[in-house]
Amino acid sequence: TDSRNSDKSNRKIEKLLIANRGEIACRIMRTAKRLGIQTVAVYSDADRHSLHVKSADEAVRIGPPPARSSYLNASSIIEAAVRTGAQAIHPGYGFLSENADFAQLCENKGFTFIGPPASAIREMGDKSASKRIMGAAGVPLVPGYHGHEQDIDVMKSEADKIGYPLLIKPTHGGGGKGMRIVESPKEFVDAFLGAQREAAASFGVNTILLEKYITRPRHIEVQVFGDKQGNVVYLYERDCSVQRRHQKIIEEAPAPDILSDFRSRLGQAAVSAAKAVGYHNAGTVEFIVDTLSGEFYFMEMNTRLQVEHPVTEMIVGQDLVEWQIRVANGESLPLGQSQIPISGHAFEARIYAENVPRGFLPATGVLEYYRPIPVSETVRVETGVEEGDTVSMHYDPMIAKLVVWGENRTSALIKLKDSLSKFQVAGLPTNIEFLYKLANHKAFENAELETHFIDRFKHDLFDSVSAESAYDNAKHSAALVAACICEKEHTLFNKSPPGGLSIWYTHPPFRPNLHATRTLELEWENDNLTLSITYLPNGNYLIKMGENTVEVTVTHLGDHDFRVEANGVTKNVNLATYFKDESEHIHIWHGLEHYEFRQKVGIDLIDNNNNIETHQHRNHESHSHPPGTVTAPMAGLVVKVLVENGTKVEEGQPMLVMEAMKMEHVLKAPTSGIVSGIKVTPGQQVSDNNVLFHVQTA
Amino acid sequence: ISFGMITPSSNRDFSIQSPGHNVLPDGIDRTSDSFIRNSKEMESVISQLHSRIYQVTQGGGAEAIKRHRSRNKLLPRERIDRLLDSSSSFLELSQLAGHELYEESLPSGGIITGIGPVHGKLCMFIANDATVKGGTYYPITVKKHLRAQEIASKCRLPCIYLVDSGGAFLPKQAEVFPDKENFGRVFYNQAIMSSEGIPQIALVLGSCTAGGAYIPAMADESVMVKGNGTIFLAGPPLVKAAIGEEVSSEDLGGADVHCKVSGVSDYFAQDEIHALSIGRNIVKNLHMAGNEGHFGNLQGVVSDYKEPLYDVKELQSIAPTDLKQSFDIRSLIARVVDGSEFDEFKQLYGTTLVTGFGRILGQPVGIIGNNGVLFHESALKGAHFVELCCQRNIPLVFLQNITGFMVGSKSEANGIAKAGAKMVMAVSCAKVPKITIVIGGSFGAGNYAMCGRAYSPNFMFFWPNAKIGVMGGAQAAGVMSDIEKSKNKKKGIQWSKEEEEKSKAEFVEAYDRESSAYYSTARLWDDGVIDPADTRKIIGLCISASSNRTPETTRFGVFRM
Repeated sequence: TDSRNSDKSNRKIEKLLIANRGEIACRIMRTAKRLGIQTVAVYSDADRHSLHVKSADEAVRIGPPPARSSYLNASSIIEAAVRTGAQAIHPGYGFLSENADFAQLCENKGFTFIGPPASAIREMGDKSASKRIMGAAGVPLVPGYHGHEQDIDVMKSEADKIGYPLLIKPTHGGGGKGMRIVESPKEFVDAFLGAQREAAASFGVNTILLEKYITRPRHIEVQVFGDKQGNVVYLYERDCSVQRRHQKIIEEAPAPDILSDFRSRLGQAAVSAAKAVGYHNAGTVEFIVDTLSGEFYFMEMNTRLQVEHPVTEMIVGQDLVEWQIRVANGESLPLGQSQIPISGHAFEARIYAENVPRGFLPATGVLEYYRPIPVSETVRVETGVEEGDTVSMHYDPMIAKLVVWGENRTSALIKLKDSLSKFQVAGLPTNIEFLYKLANHKAFENAELETHFIDRFKHDLFDSVSAESAYDNAKHSAALVAACICEKEHTLFNKSPPGGLSIWYTHPPFRPNLHATRTLELEWENDNLTLSITYLPNGNYLIKMGENTVEVTVTHLGDHDFRVEANGVTKNVNLATYFKDESEHIHIWHGLEHYEFRQKVGIDLIDNNNNIETHQHRNHESHSHPPGTVTAPMAGLVVKVLVENGTKVEEGQPMLVMEAMKMEHVLKAPTSGIVSGIKVTPGQQVSDNNVLFHVQTA
Repeated sequence: ISFGMITPSSNRDFSIQSPGHNVLPDGIDRTSDSFIRNSKEMESVISQLHSRIYQVTQGGGAEAIKRHRSRNKLLPRERIDRLLDSSSSFLELSQLAGHELYEESLPSGGIITGIGPVHGKLCMFIANDATVKGGTYYPITVKKHLRAQEIASKCRLPCIYLVDSGGAFLPKQAEVFPDKENFGRVFYNQAIMSSEGIPQIALVLGSCTAGGAYIPAMADESVMVKGNGTIFLAGPPLVKAAIGEEVSSEDLGGADVHCKVSGVSDYFAQDEIHALSIGRNIVKNLHMAGNEGHFGNLQGVVSDYKEPLYDVKELQSIAPTDLKQSFDIRSLIARVVDGSEFDEFKQLYGTTLVTGFGRILGQPVGIIGNNGVLFHESALKGAHFVELCCQRNIPLVFLQNITGFMVGSKSEANGIAKAGAKMVMAVSCAKVPKITIVIGGSFGAGNYAMCGRAYSPNFMFFWPNAKIGVMGGAQAAGVMSDIEKSKNKKKGIQWSKEEEEKSKAEFVEAYDRESSAYYSTARLWDDGVIDPADTRKIIGLCISASSNRTPETTRFGVFRM
């Protein structure tokens, strides 16, 4: 390795290994390709056929699906780099990106690590140490406890000193994992222990810090960049206040409603922070801004390229991955501070596979239909998945990042909403509709940003449509679905008539002296909709549902796309269908509406070989369980079972701890009563909706 | 100089015919009194047809339908719709069978029959309507069932029986049970068709009592619905009377018994929808069963055909309500054949019969249409044309509007009977598919020569304005009153003018009633009354349904020369 080291010390990067997966791996490869740099992907068994593997010039398997055996397996990754002859390793974000040992290992083995020096990672990675360094460098800090002494009694007394509400946070890691807000002293112990466990599971280190919890905070972070010559610049800030489960979902740049003086103070503070640890390459300094006082405090520094870096790229017109590579090659920063432009406004919305009504729980499943919006100069879609891919429980369930740019915040927001309304995913639950509601909220439009935004406006965000009007809209959508299905069949049969009997499949279908009719039964949520369709001689469809009748004209534009006229309004409609859970799922998008219907099994729509089986099994998987049954809210691992059969529990008492997507979820007793029928043990993998136990009311 | 390129010889190059040389002219004068009067009269004729059809779609009425649905049963046409490929056509037959036939109404004769594709395979559907007299078999029900089987047998179409019937209608057992073309023939046909490789499939969606039990029992494959389907030779009351055993109908002959114990049925369905779904699967798994050299007869079929140049709706105005009016049959043909293109055969000879070649929905056809009374020459021309079509395996379409053969001493001396016999011989023996549409009159021997019911056309339909009879009412009344008068004369009775007129009027009235299209279709003298605008479509579907088998070679008998 020594010879390799000296051999390569002066060589520029010609082949780059990306030690990551998903959208970030794809995004890095895109820039690498533009620069003429060859790319090497690494993948776990779960990702063998994924987009990042296909996009790379070469790909190397590094292990089984669990991250600790693959994407966190430093030695396999180094070996892959050796085998393929890459000169540099880009860690992306997450996984090994902020692992100082890995950065060090890369350098030791003669590979350029595309990121900061290991020392900076180490210093910033320890939240307590980093705050000490920042304090010394004059960067403002939130009052808190960052001591080594982790004894629970000491922690409790420190907590009481700082006061409540209080934030508990692992010293290592990020992304909100292991974080807890403690409202009152009596909750402290449980929260502290949980945070320790989660920190241990996620980061292997269970030290915890305590901080004053700021009630109306904004999360504003500054993008910094340093070169190996010691220059550091800031590329302005991002506002990432809108979060759920302590994770960002909509980010924007620049932060709205701040004065330029505040902006440069923030930037200067960030540069000081970076310089204090001898930083080079891309980094982000996170600040918490107290909207009530206007003060800002240093939170932490993320020593990597962040998920939301594209919003910065959009307003400064630079490619940050290119900067990373150039700086890693030893070049000076491409631009000095005064040369860095700022133009317009950008948003990023993170599209996740998640179950919004179930508290944003991560969801898994197959992307049966995936149609992101078309990209342009001002609209980016950063994605690492394709239609047919599986969002597994092994990794982060992010499907894509939607990034838009506009001349100002208002025009960017209009574009964001339009793009969200046209972003189509079916097969698993997503947060797209929720993101739209967020973006469409008056307070968001007015930039009343704060980290509790979602909680503060939850009534608007979760129940904006009345049940009745939702039902009416669903019925109208069902009518459009019916017409589109008929029309699609017509085009299909027109192209390849079954048995070559083309004249028996004309449109409309022929009946002597009668109009052909058919009945379609659709399930929407818990309602059954029966639609009676009449084929009119002019080719239109008369669709009757109870008392309502609507005449629909359909033009099939191709595959999933239709142009539909109903009630005097013509619009585009998209339809996606797939089989799952023994029934046919039909999704429709039109305007701002997106509905999912399931078709009652029985007669097949278009030839379905499995319909008998479908039918016979349909009653077996009942979705309703007896009251008191607790089911797994998602697929995951049972970490702890806190009760036994026969335990008497109070409503809301924690009973079982699950881990999924590296997050802990506590399942609580639905009612007071006696526990029975525990079906799981710690260490057991469970699927979504598996019965875990019952609580029988006494 | 370029003008010199056009030479007489290039003008006479017939290898390239200009498109449209054979296109029929429009042929109707929309300003003529007769057109306007006819349009108006036909409007009410057609709306009467549609209201009668609407009536029969209501089956046994709202109460019966409600009762039926409360058992989780679908109506027979809904059952068929769910069996058919979605978005496919269905050629329902004899919708008005039983119309004003019995004292009680019997919509569609209590049974729905017709042809449509399942998994791309044309099938004959025979579905009892349990809302009509419990799905029991009246004489006309039997006749309609047998007719459907006859078509299935001739066209080699798999039969799907949707059984929901209480068996024979006992008060009329004498007309239902004993004769050759009675109830027993149903099972005979099943056996024979099965032996010929024509699949027989029964879906037991309701009762199958007594004789009815043999429909599933004789089927190649049968499906039963849990709870609703029962099969037994004798129901619980009869069992109790006969052997004193008390048993519920489900225990006696339900799906459980027959699918698990007796083996009378093969597939157990949870409910009706499931049964229909299994039915589709059975058809899917037929693969090539019942097909003999499929497509052999489809040669020459083009998929890219043109619609007629003129509005087919105008057929409604062409249809003569007054049969004494004459019109050019070509204006009708122009609205039936693809692109209105018609290559006429022997145009200048025997002009009261129009013959020629065209296509309907891409399928080659030979058309024979009446343009007046049949003369010696017209009959010879007709026989000649039938021979051509048989030799070339081209389906024949008869457009019937005929008062008969020419009478009179000149005609008889000329051997009109001999000429007519030649045409009847040719039509009788022709083994190509034959489709007859009665568009106006169907009288006398003209009915024979133009392939009336007795000549076993594969399909035969009436326009609602059409009339059928051995002769017109007035002529018949005249003949009858002459006979009566001479009888009276022998007896020395003087018949007053008034009495004679009264007798004549009664006679004409009876004749008119009995010659109506509805009287015909009620008795299954045809396969249905159709809207003239649907003529092209229906002929096309009929030819397609008839093309499901290998062509047969025609052998003619002795032509009297």
